[in-house]
Amino acid sequence: MGSEPREVEKVRERFGDALQDVVYFRGEDTLVVSAEKIAEICRFLRHDPEMAFDFLVDVTGIHYLEREYSYEVIYHLLSLARRRRLRLRTRLGEEGEIDTVTTVWRGADWHEREAYDLVGVRFRGHPDLRRILMPDDYQGHPLRKDFPLEQ
Amino acid sequence: MSPFRGATAEEMEKIPENPLTPETVTINMGPQHPSTHGVLRLVVELDGEVVRKVVPHLGYLHRGMEKIAESMTYHQFIPYTDRLDYLAPLSNNVGFVLAVEKLIGLEVPPRCRAIRVLCCEIARISAHLLWLGTGALDLGAATVFFHTFRERETLYNFIEMITGTRLTTSYPRVGGLARDIPEKLIPQLTQFLETFPATVKEYEDLLTRNNIWLKRTENIGRLSAADAIELGLTGPNLRASGVEYDVRKAFPYSGYEQYKFDIPIGSTGDCYDRYLVRIEEMRQSVAILKQVVSTLPSGPINADDPKVVLPTKRKVLTSMEELIHQFIIVTEGFPAPHGEVYQAIEAPKGELGFYLKSEGDKSPYRMKIRSPSFVSLQAVPLMAEGMMVSDLIAIVASLDPVMGEVDR
Repeated sequence: MGSEPREVEKVRERFGDALQDVVYFRGEDTLVVSAEKIAEICRFLRHDPEMAFDFLVDVTGIHYLEREYSYEVIYHLLSLARRRRLRLRTRLGEEGEIDTVTTVWRGADWHEREAYDLVGVRFRGHPDLRRILMPDDYQGHPLRKDFPLEQ
Repeated sequence: MSPFRGATAEEMEKIPENPLTPETVTINMGPQHPSTHGVLRLVVELDGEVVRKVVPHLGYLHRGMEKIAESMTYHQFIPYTDRLDYLAPLSNNVGFVLAVEKLIGLEVPPRCRAIRVLCCEIARISAHLLWLGTGALDLGAATVFFHTFRERETLYNFIEMITGTRLTTSYPRVGGLARDIPEKLIPQLTQFLETFPATVKEYEDLLTRNNIWLKRTENIGRLSAADAIELGLTGPNLRASGVEYDVRKAFPYSGYEQYKFDIPIGSTGDCYDRYLVRIEEMRQSVAILKQVVSTLPSGPINADDPKVVLPTKRKVLTSMEELIHQFIIVTEGFPAPHGEVYQAIEAPKGELGFYLKSEGDKSPYRMKIRSPSFVSLQAVPLMAEGMMVSDLIAIVASLDPVMGEVDR
């Protein structure tokens, strides 16, 4: 390889096997990382002076059926100073639980609530994990792939 | 027990000495309230006129667009993007088709790129005009509203000329545009661009040094740069706090790198700065539009990819292959390769991003719309708590949220 982006090198150096895969597609870099380390990796990427991903653009979830993983949680990061974007992707099992990153960026709050509301991913340690778009008494998570479309 | 009996001695003891201080009242602002700009509901805890706590409740306009997208072809979804930020539908259209083009790896011709920039900037001015008019109306300045709607009408006439409709434009296509711009547009637009800066001056005469306006907006709803970044605000709301981030400059798309323009930034991040930033942005949009008009390339408007781009009517009627292509594209769509992309544009409200995850099908496996207004509203509690009710109105107005894209 040789010409890996600096982000990949640093995350690999620091977190080793927690970096499971790197995907390059259409000029965008995606790090597939282990779900257990997500908060730690985010904190590193945000506070390391060379990385400086100070801006969390978005957090979202995807639900899958009949795979070895049931959910993916996707984080879109941006470094304002370096004008660089980075995507983190983690895979979760059926339990669909992952540590919150509201401890790293406060702005993750509503994004995580939305991912919980629509996809059903639960964020451990989130200060206020309520539904945000659907009614409070709603049953189910509409963006799951097993959500019945016809009733 | 009668509710009107006098208090017993025991109860009298429980009444605090100054009965006015600890009592708070919880009220609903919205979802039906003229100054919530749509169906935003804020549950506000008031101590007299002081806002102690604000809890935004969203979802009154939730239509499940992201779910709908999963069963639509990429072309079929374009009309849905009109209904995101419905004050700048052209801008959403462009953002979405750019995302799809990135996913399938399609380049569009220079003329198409320039026309898309033209559309985006017309949309920006029109959206900012609406914000200015209604925002001022919220604070009691009714005159401005009539002035801004005069120019907005002209812009809507341009939009009608270009797209055939005023509100639900659905003008760009994956790989191009629905049609070329009409010839009569350019002279009329040029004339508008000549006179518009003087009109902006008129709005400014009404507000910028207006004592009441200053009292209502200066030092109201201040947001520091650090807080704005922490919460993920974008667009004019972020720039008013002094952060120079504009997607058009940072990650140019559709040829924005060819045009010269400045990014206005504020210093204090109060309502007044957000006002000044948007006013200046309209002037910058005029500068961009003038450059687009004077350098508008000629040539085709659609990419040469018969599997994605609809053929012209003439070809459909004369060639069997083109007829088949038209039939397949309309009824089945085109498959996108495996992969995921995120494409952001600088919409009038801030960074509007489309995240597309494709599993190789003709519709996205998952689509996420990152809407700027959704994130902006997250800052309301931080900005409004401790302020007066009337300031809350100014704050919400200055953030310029549009519920269509908040709830999606």
